[in-house]
Amino acid sequence: MKVTTLKINGQLVSASPGATVLEAARENGVEIPTLCELEGISNVGACRLCLVEIAGSPRLQPACVTEAAEEMEVQTDTERLKRYRRMTLELLFAERNHVCPVCVANGHCELQNRARENGMDHVRFPYQHPDLPVDITHDRFGVDHNRCILCTRCVRVCDEVEGAHTWDLSGRGTQSIVITDLNQPWGEADTCTTCGKCVEACPTGAIFRKGSTVCEMEHRRDRIRFITDARKKQEWNP
Amino acid sequence: MEKSELEAIADKERRARKPVCVSCCTAAGCLSANGGEVLEGLRAAVPADGADERIEVRAVGCMKLCSRGPLVRTQGPAGGTEKPPDEILYERVAPADTGALIRAAVNNVRAEHPAIDLSQPFFTRQKPIVLENCGRIEPERIESYIEANGYRALHLALREKAPAEVVKEITRSGLRGRGGAGFPAGVKWALVAKSPSERKYVVCNADEGDPGAFMDRSILESDPHRVLEGMAIAAYAVGASQGYIYIRGEYPLAINRLQSAIRTARRLGLLGGRIFDSPFDFNVDLRIGAGAFVCGEETALMASIEGKRGSPSPRPPYPAEHGLWGHSTLINNVETLANVAPILLHGADWFASVGTEKSKGTKVFALAGKIANTGLIEVPMGISLREIVEDIGGGIPGGRVKAVQTGGPSGGCIPAEHLDTPVDYESLASLGSIMGSGGMIVMDESNNMVDVARFFMEFCMDESCGKCIPCRAGTVQMHGLLKKICDGEATADDLALLENLCDMVKHTSLCGLGQTSPNPVLSTLRFFRHEYENLLVAEAIGT
Ligand SMILES: Cc1cc2nc3c(=O)[nH]c(=O)nc-3n(C[C@H](O)[C@H](O)[C@H](O)COP(=O)(O)O)c2cc1C
Ligand code: SF4
Ligand code: SF4
Ligand code: SF4
Ligand code: FES
Ligand code: FES
Repeated sequence: MKVTTLKINGQLVSASPGATVLEAARENGVEIPTLCELEGISNVGACRLCLVEIAGSPRLQPACVTEAAEEMEVQTDTERLKRYRRMTLELLFAERNHVCPVCVANGHCELQNRARENGMDHVRFPYQHPDLPVDITHDRFGVDHNRCILCTRCVRVCDEVEGAHTWDLSGRGTQSIVITDLNQPWGEADTCTTCGKCVEACPTGAIFRKGSTVCEMEHRRDRIRFITDARKKQEWNP
Repeated sequence: MEKSELEAIADKERRARKPVCVSCCTAAGCLSANGGEVLEGLRAAVPADGADERIEVRAVGCMKLCSRGPLVRTQGPAGGTEKPPDEILYERVAPADTGALIRAAVNNVRAEHPAIDLSQPFFTRQKPIVLENCGRIEPERIESYIEANGYRALHLALREKAPAEVVKEITRSGLRGRGGAGFPAGVKWALVAKSPSERKYVVCNADEGDPGAFMDRSILESDPHRVLEGMAIAAYAVGASQGYIYIRGEYPLAINRLQSAIRTARRLGLLGGRIFDSPFDFNVDLRIGAGAFVCGEETALMASIEGKRGSPSPRPPYPAEHGLWGHSTLINNVETLANVAPILLHGADWFASVGTEKSKGTKVFALAGKIANTGLIEVPMGISLREIVEDIGGGIPGGRVKAVQTGGPSGGCIPAEHLDTPVDYESLASLGSIMGSGGMIVMDESNNMVDVARFFMEFCMDESCGKCIPCRAGTVQMHGLLKKICDGEATADDLALLENLCDMVKHTSLCGLGQTSPNPVLSTLRFFRHEYENLLVAEAIGT
């Protein structure tokens, strides 16, 4: 098998053919922070946390959608990138209502983890405190828009893996909101099969199993990759 | 359709012309000032006593000095007479004035009605290429376009040039994209032409969303066939057989005229199958946008044509490799495509002789703001901002120019001391602004630059699609900080935070909207920093 050789943070590494920069980094034990990316579904390059510097490219490139190329020189952890990542996280925390101590996902939240890992210890921007609903009309699950970071994992997993396309986006800009069916309450969304894939995929406390209280909502995000691998590669053991 | 048939149509049209011609603007600007009734009035006023053999009333497109509309032009008996044909452009014509204008035209005298001086720089300094037919031909009659040499370039391309030669001609002309970024058109065409994709598409971007811009609208309303001809030539050159025009729903008149232009072109065999008896087929359909600014961004535009949510995707892949439904797609702006037919007809060298080393040809601007003459202008690249503002625009009556804004929400403010800057892509960029699609706003001392920046940031905030975090949440915070400064509540720390945030949003956003949204702030900070600093307070209020 022909491999791609490239340099990540000065280290010569090899990557599987067709791998993205993110995959190449992971194959070689280099961590790049991500939020919208989830193994098993398509990538949209939306959260911008995984931006890296590539020698010769005037623009920062999202590692999750950039294919690794021969002789590419990638920097994943410069001071500038760290500064941008912290600021991106600050913007997210200020955008909606993240009150971790009373959140179902406290301790199991990717947003919280990214903040800790990237040294985001305070927020310099005024909190927007939007007035957002919580929908608990579904029998088994709920969605709390106050915790949503609009990563669209739920939209993608529901469409691409379950094939139901219950979720979508409505509105634009900071008024965007994830909706079920044609903006009906989740409990009335006929297309929902109650498969729970969005629940597993959600990086934050936005989508949760009913009955979970503070700190109890653990998402099994690797289940999505398990399902797609099983289907595509016939690999049944994770 | 044969070339001879085309000439026959043109001849017939020429023979049908009458000695006295009264043209009424029927583009949106004048129509909104009651131009429709003026046209009806003119038509009704033509006497049925034999004079109607000598006089015709034509519904033409924009005559450029839109702010003084409705405009009516009368031309005296052309050719053969002792006097050269007189051209008079009457301003602010009301339906009640039409009888007098027609009587005067019939008698070949000047009516007692305010007329615009056609020898002023506003007209003489312009260089019409894209707008050469604008205000001259009747946009709703294909015969009128054919009389003005229409569809000859398409014939030339299909019958006398190989696709690769057409691409080469466009490349040699130096034409660059007029939609904002200024990417060389020939390079883009060559990429699509080279693509192995078995289906290809040509898309005309008519989403024109910059606040105050109306260049593309005017072109489409005044000369729709020229854009169709440009698309057909582009399609032939790259190997596409289907085209789409993505046009915003706020342009009902342009949509109507395009629809009727497509219909008549198809009826004459200038669109459809085997055009000019060549093996080339080409069809064009309209796609109507719902008025989201971001849908002008090419990847969002294509998503919207495919029926998906109009939000951008990371590039690469570029539309030339992976466009509509995954096929190679050429996407050009209206004005870019409107330059194509004249380039083929008159040659790349002729086009390249206009403009500067790196910016060839002309640029259409929608001139607005505090100056005397506002309207549609087309100027050669390389003309100085001063010539545009002071000569063509007539300066600011009783005031002083403070800055010129170009590029709308993606651009910047160029201060008065740089008015001698030539208008070309590189010079404007070196001053932190951009050529943009053609919005140009002249500001005087009464404009507060922080407020200008705040206005454009509000626009970007409202128009952000919300896909990526830096733009979605960053524009909200930048707007909040700008508002705080305007309200006199911000400290030096707030200003520093704003600058940090501008840097971050510029370099991390997914598409051009977010990436350029800090430009109005950065450019006003660069030249008018004191206006920001004057508004700061020493201590945060309430601490
Ligand atoms: C937010 C945004 C809005 C845009 N709006 C327009 C538009 O209204 N019209 C247009 O022609 N190009 C627009 N563009 C540029 C297009 O993405 C694209 O570059 C252009 O249509 C290419 O045509 P050209 O090469 O002929 O300029 C926009 C870009 C961005 C980022
Ligand atoms: S979603 Fe995550 S970051 Fe937000 S409140 Fe819950 S735990 Fe905290
Ligand atoms: S609900 Fe969860 S998965 Fe869906 S967009 Fe919001 S944060 Fe992402
Ligand atoms: S930069 Fe703004 S408009 Fe562009 S993708 Fe990001 S959120 Fe959407
Ligand atoms: S993980 Fe790459 S942009 Fe979100
Ligand atoms: S719209 Fe009538 S002159 Fe421009």
